[in-house]
Amino acid sequence: MGLKEKTSDLKVRMRNALKGGGDKAIEKQKAVGKLTARERILALLDPKSFHEYDLFVEHAAKDFDMDKKYLPGDGVLTGTGTLSGHPVCIYAQDFTVAGGSLGWMHAKKITKIMDHALKLKVPLIGINDSGGARIQEGVNSLAGYGEIFFRNTLASGVIPQISVILGPCAGGAVYSPALTDFVFVVDKISKMFITGPEVIKSVLGEEISMEALGGARVHCETTGNAHFYAESEEQCFSQIKKLASFIPWNNTRKAERFPKKSPKTRQYKIDNIISEDPKEPYDVRDIIKSLTDDSDFLEIMEMFAQNLVIGFGRMNGETVGFVANQPLVLAGVLDVDSSDKAARFIRYCDAFNIPLITLVDLPGYLPGVDQEHAGVIRHGAKVLYAYSEATVPKITLIMRKAYGGGYIAMCSHHLRADFVFAWPTAEIAVMGPEGAANIIFRKEIAHAKDPDKVRQEKVEEYKEKFANPYVAAAYGYIDAVIEPNETRKILIHALEISAEKDVRMPTKKHGIPPF
Amino acid sequence: MAKNKEEKKEASVPLEILKVDDVAYSTRLTKKFREREMYKPKDPKKIVAFIPGTIAEIYVKKGSKVSYNDKMLGLEAMKMINEVLAPFDAVVKKIYVKKGDIVAKNQLLLELE
Repeated sequence: MGLKEKTSDLKVRMRNALKGGGDKAIEKQKAVGKLTARERILALLDPKSFHEYDLFVEHAAKDFDMDKKYLPGDGVLTGTGTLSGHPVCIYAQDFTVAGGSLGWMHAKKITKIMDHALKLKVPLIGINDSGGARIQEGVNSLAGYGEIFFRNTLASGVIPQISVILGPCAGGAVYSPALTDFVFVVDKISKMFITGPEVIKSVLGEEISMEALGGARVHCETTGNAHFYAESEEQCFSQIKKLASFIPWNNTRKAERFPKKSPKTRQYKIDNIISEDPKEPYDVRDIIKSLTDDSDFLEIMEMFAQNLVIGFGRMNGETVGFVANQPLVLAGVLDVDSSDKAARFIRYCDAFNIPLITLVDLPGYLPGVDQEHAGVIRHGAKVLYAYSEATVPKITLIMRKAYGGGYIAMCSHHLRADFVFAWPTAEIAVMGPEGAANIIFRKEIAHAKDPDKVRQEKVEEYKEKFANPYVAAAYGYIDAVIEPNETRKILIHALEISAEKDVRMPTKKHGIPPF
Repeated sequence: MAKNKEEKKEASVPLEILKVDDVAYSTRLTKKFREREMYKPKDPKKIVAFIPGTIAEIYVKKGSKVSYNDKMLGLEAMKMINEVLAPFDAVVKKIYVKKGDIVAKNQLLLELE
C-alpha cells in the first residue's frame, strides 16, 4: 500500500470508529432528548478545536464472550480543545456503546487524559453518561474507578475539575463527580445515586422513582451534590462556558481579567434595596449586583441552602468570590447546609487565587434540635477553618446584623480578614437587642410593675448603646465605617491594595479540617 | 424566559416569621426547614426499627418475660439478620408485626411493660 491507500485505509478505520454504538443506539439516545457524546463535546468546545485521542482503543475483556465484541473507542471519547479560547482536557462517555459502561480500557483512556490535564495544568471536563461498571470485566472495572478517584484527588486544587452529568451516573461512578469542583446537571437527563430504586425496593421496601431519588432537582435542592441546574443540555453548556470565564486554568494563575464595567446602578441601588430595620428582609443578590461589573453575578448552588449565597462576579475586571448571608431566606442564618456550602466555596477560591468578599447580615446560627443533632458544631467549624486557612485577599462588609458566633464566622478580623468595613446600619453584638435585654435586665424586668414596658425600655437602651458599628470600631475590629453608596469604590481599592498579598501558613503536611 | 418565570414564582413566596434569640425576623422559610423532624423524647418501652427491613423471626409472644439482652426479634436488612434485644427486664405488652412484614425505619415493632 502506498501513502494514498494507507491514508484512505485510515479514513475507513476512523469512519468505523466514529459510528459509536451505531444508528439504532444513537436513535435511542436521541429519543430521550440526549445528544451523543461527540455532539456534546463539539457543542461545548470552540468550533474546530477538538482533537481526539485513543480513538482506536479496544476493550481488553476476555470472559463472557466479550472477546467477540467490538466496542468503538471502548465507550468513551477523550481529547483536548479550547473553551472560550482556553485550553482544556475533556472526556465524554458514550452511552451508545455498551451503555457507556466502564471497563478497564475505558478507564485507562480517562485516566490518561486526566494525567495529561494535571501535567499540562489545564482544566479537566468530564461528561458522564454511563450505566456503571462493566460487570463482565469484574474487578478490573472497579480498579478503573479507583484510578479515576485517585487522580481526581491529586488534581484537586491544582486544576479546575468540572463534571457534567448527562445521563445515569450510578454506584461507584458518582464519586468522581463528587470529588470534582463543580457538578452540572440537566433536568430529566441527569440521574445520580449509589443504589438505585430497584435495590432500595427489594432490600428496604421503599418505593421511589429514579427522578425523585437522584434527579437533577434533588441534587440541586436537597443533597447539595450538584452546583448548576439546567433545563437542557444547551443551557448547561452555556453555564459551563460562563463559569470557565471566571476561573483560572490552574492554581498558579489568576483568572482572566476582563474590561472594567460599571454596575447597572439604576436597577440596583443600595438605598432602594435595603431596609434599615434588621428584621426586614431583602435579596442580598441585589446588593451583590449593585457592586459587580455590569451587575453580573454567577450564582453557584442557587437552590441549596438558600440562606447563604455564593458565586462569582467581577470588580474592575477581576474575578471575586462572594459569600453572603441571605436575609430573604431563614433570615440568613448559618446552619449545617449553609456552613458546608460556604466552607467548600471558600476553599475553592483560596486554592485558585480568587479574592473573597464576604457580605454579612445574619442573626447567628439556626436554633433547633435537628440542627444540633445534625452536627451544626462540626459543620459550622468548617467555615471557621476555611476562612482562617484562606490566604487570598479577604474583605468583609458588615451590612446590618452580625451577632454572636455568626459575627466571628463570617470572616471577621479575628479570622484574619484583611479589611472589615461596616455600614452605619451595622450592629455587631453578642445577640439581638431583644434577647440581650431579656438576659442582662432579667431581674429588673421580672420585678417591674409593668414588665413589658420595662422590657421595651431596656431593649431600646441596649439598641442605643450597642446596636451599632462603633463599639466594634472603637476596638479596631472594624477598619472603617463607610457610606453604603461608597461601597464599590472602597472594595475595589481594598482589592487593588491587596493584589500582592503574601501570607505563609506554618509548614505542615496538611491541616485536619472538620470534614 | 425560563429564568423570568422562576423569578416571578419566587417573588410570590410569602414572608413568614423566624425567631432567633427572641427577635422575630420576617423572612422566607425553606422546604427543608418546614419538613424538619420535630424532636420527640424516646419512650424506652416502645421498640422501633432502627433500620428499614423485613421481620425474619419473632422469638417472643405477648406476655413473654424477657431479661436484659434477650433476643426478641430478627430484623433482616442489608442481607443480615439483626437481632432486636431487650433493653431491660420486662414483659412483652404487645407485638405490632408478624413474620415477613416489611417495616420502615422507626416503625413501632413491639411494646414492653
